[in-house]
Amino acid sequence: MQAQGRKRKGRFRRELPLVVMLLPAVVLVAIYSYGSMVGIVIAFQKFKPANGFFGSPWVGLENFRNLFTMPTIGQVIYNTVVISLSKMIGGIVVPVLFALLLNEVGSVFLKRAYQTMVYLPHFLSWVILAGIFTDILSRDGIVNLMIKALGAQPVGFLSNQRIFPVTMIVTDIWKGFGFGSVIYLAALTGIDQNLYEAAEIDGAGRLQQTIHVTLPGILSTIVLMTVLSLANILNGGFDQIYNLYTPAVYATGDILDTFVFRLGINNAQFALSTAAGLFKSIVSLVFIVMSYWLADRFAGYRVF
Amino acid sequence: MKRKASRGRVVFLVCNYILLTLIALICVLPFVNLLAISFSNKTAVAANQVSFWPIGFNVAAYEFILNNRQFLTALGITVRRTVLGVAINLALMVLTAYPLSKSPQEFRLRTVFSWFFVVTILFNGGLIPTYMVVKYTHIMNTIWALVLPGAVQVFNMLVVMNYMRCLPHELQEAAYIDGAGHYKTLFQVILPVCKPTLATVTLFAFVGHWNSWYDGMIYMNTVDKYPLQTYLQTIVINPEAFFRNATNISEELGKFLNLVSARTTNAAQMFLAMIPILCIYPFLQKYFTTGLVMGSVKG
Repeated sequence: MQAQGRKRKGRFRRELPLVVMLLPAVVLVAIYSYGSMVGIVIAFQKFKPANGFFGSPWVGLENFRNLFTMPTIGQVIYNTVVISLSKMIGGIVVPVLFALLLNEVGSVFLKRAYQTMVYLPHFLSWVILAGIFTDILSRDGIVNLMIKALGAQPVGFLSNQRIFPVTMIVTDIWKGFGFGSVIYLAALTGIDQNLYEAAEIDGAGRLQQTIHVTLPGILSTIVLMTVLSLANILNGGFDQIYNLYTPAVYATGDILDTFVFRLGINNAQFALSTAAGLFKSIVSLVFIVMSYWLADRFAGYRVF
Repeated sequence: MKRKASRGRVVFLVCNYILLTLIALICVLPFVNLLAISFSNKTAVAANQVSFWPIGFNVAAYEFILNNRQFLTALGITVRRTVLGVAINLALMVLTAYPLSKSPQEFRLRTVFSWFFVVTILFNGGLIPTYMVVKYTHIMNTIWALVLPGAVQVFNMLVVMNYMRCLPHELQEAAYIDGAGHYKTLFQVILPVCKPTLATVTLFAFVGHWNSWYDGMIYMNTVDKYPLQTYLQTIVINPEAFFRNATNISEELGKFLNLVSARTTNAAQMFLAMIPILCIYPFLQKYFTTGLVMGSVKG
C-alpha cells in the first residue's frame, strides 16, 4: 500500500515537469485558437465589437440567411472549388513527374543544382511573386512581348476573366511543384534497388521499369499526398489571389477567403463575414477528418 | 547495375537534361528579370527593353531606397519580429514536442494534450474572431500582434514530435538511469540528435515570419508600423505609391530622378527582401528529406 503510494507520488513527480513544459503553449493556444473559436458566436449575433463576444443581441440564423441570399455567393463557392481542385490535381501530378525526371539524373551536382533552382519560388511570399507577375504578365510585359514576337495576340493573363483562374492555377503549381517533389524524391530513394536488377533480368526496359517498379514504389506516397490535399478543398489561395486580382476578374477569381476578407475588413460586416468563415471552417473540417481517416485507412498515416 | 547505355537511353537522357534545364530556368528567370530591372536605367525599363541583363547599368535604385526611411523602418520591424518570433516558435515547439513524444504509459495526459493541439489544425475561428481576440487582448499595433497569435506552430511541432518518437528509446532510458531529469534529457540528449528536423522547422519558422504580410496589414493601424512584406504589398497593389511618396518628401533623392522610376525602385526593394531567403534555404536543402519526411510519415 505504502509502496504503491510512493510509486504514484514518484510518477506524479516525474510527469509534473512535462506538464510545466506544455504550459506556455497551452495558454497561448487557449487564448488565440480556442478564444477565436469561442468568437464564432458572433456569427449568430448582431455584433458590435465594443460589446465583446457575448454582449450583442442574438439573431439566430439571420446572418446565414443574408449570406446565402447574396447574389454572388454561389459563384464565389464555385470559383473556390474549381480553383482549389485544379491546384490540388496539378499539385500532385507535376511534382510526381518532376521527381521521376530528376531521378534519372546521374550527376549529384546537377541534381542539387536543379533542386536549388526549382525550390526557390516556394520560399518567397506571394507579395513578391505578385509584384513580379503583375510586371511580367501585364499587357506589355516580357511574356506578352515574347508572345507577340511569335506573331500571336497578347494575352490578358490577369485582366481577362476567363484566363485569370488559369493564371492562378499555373502560377500556383509553378511556385509549389519543386518543393512538392521533395517527398516523392525521398520515396524514390527508398525503393529497393534489387527490384530494378530483377526487372532487368526479366528483360524489362527503362520505361517498363518505371511503370512496374518505380510507380508502385511511390504509389503509397502519392495516395497519401492526394488524400491529405483533400483538406484544401475550400482553400483557393488567399495570399495569391488577393495580391493579383482586380474587380475586373471578381466574377471568376473571387474565392471564399477573399470574399470573407472584403466583407469583414473592408466593409466591417463582422457578423456576416464570420458566418461565411464558419461555413468554410465546417466544410473544411468535414474534409480534413475524412482525409485523415482515409490516410489512416489506406496509407497507415497518423498525425500523432 | 551498370551497363552500356543503349541509343534510346542516350536520346532520352539528352532530352531529359534539356527539359529539366528549361524547367529550372522557368523557375529562376522571373527573378533574373527583376534583378536586371533593378539595375537598369529608367528609360530602358520604360521602353520594355530589359529582359535578363541590365541596360544602362547603375545602382541608383538601391541608393535611392537605402536613403529612404520608409523601406528601412519596415525592414527593421521585420528583423525584430523575425528574431523574436522564431525564437518563441522554436522554444514552444521543442517544449511541446518533447512531452507529447512520450508514450501514454510514460505520460498519462499525453493523449489529452495531443488532442488539445490537433483540434486547432482541424478547426479555427476564422478571420474576424481571431482579429477580435487580438483586439481584446490589447496587442493591436504592437509587435506582439505579429508574434503571439501564431506562436504555437502545431504542424511543425508534430513534425518534431514524430522525429523524437522515431529516436531509439535507449537514449532516454540511459539518461533516466543516469539520473537526468526531463529538462536535462531534452536539452542535452534529445535536442542534439534532432538537428535535421530542427534545421527544417527553423527554416520554415524563419520563412514564415519573413514572408508574413497579412497580419501586419490587419493588426497595424499605421504604415510606419508595417513589416517589410506588408509595406511591399502596398507598392504591389499601387506601384506608384512608394516612388511618389519618396520624391514628395525628400529633395536629396532628386539627384537620382533621371535614373530611377517606380518600376526600378520597386524591383530593387523586392530583390532586397529576397536576399535573406536566397542566402539560407540552399544550405539547408540537405536536411529537407530527413527533417521533413521522416517526421511526417510514421515508422
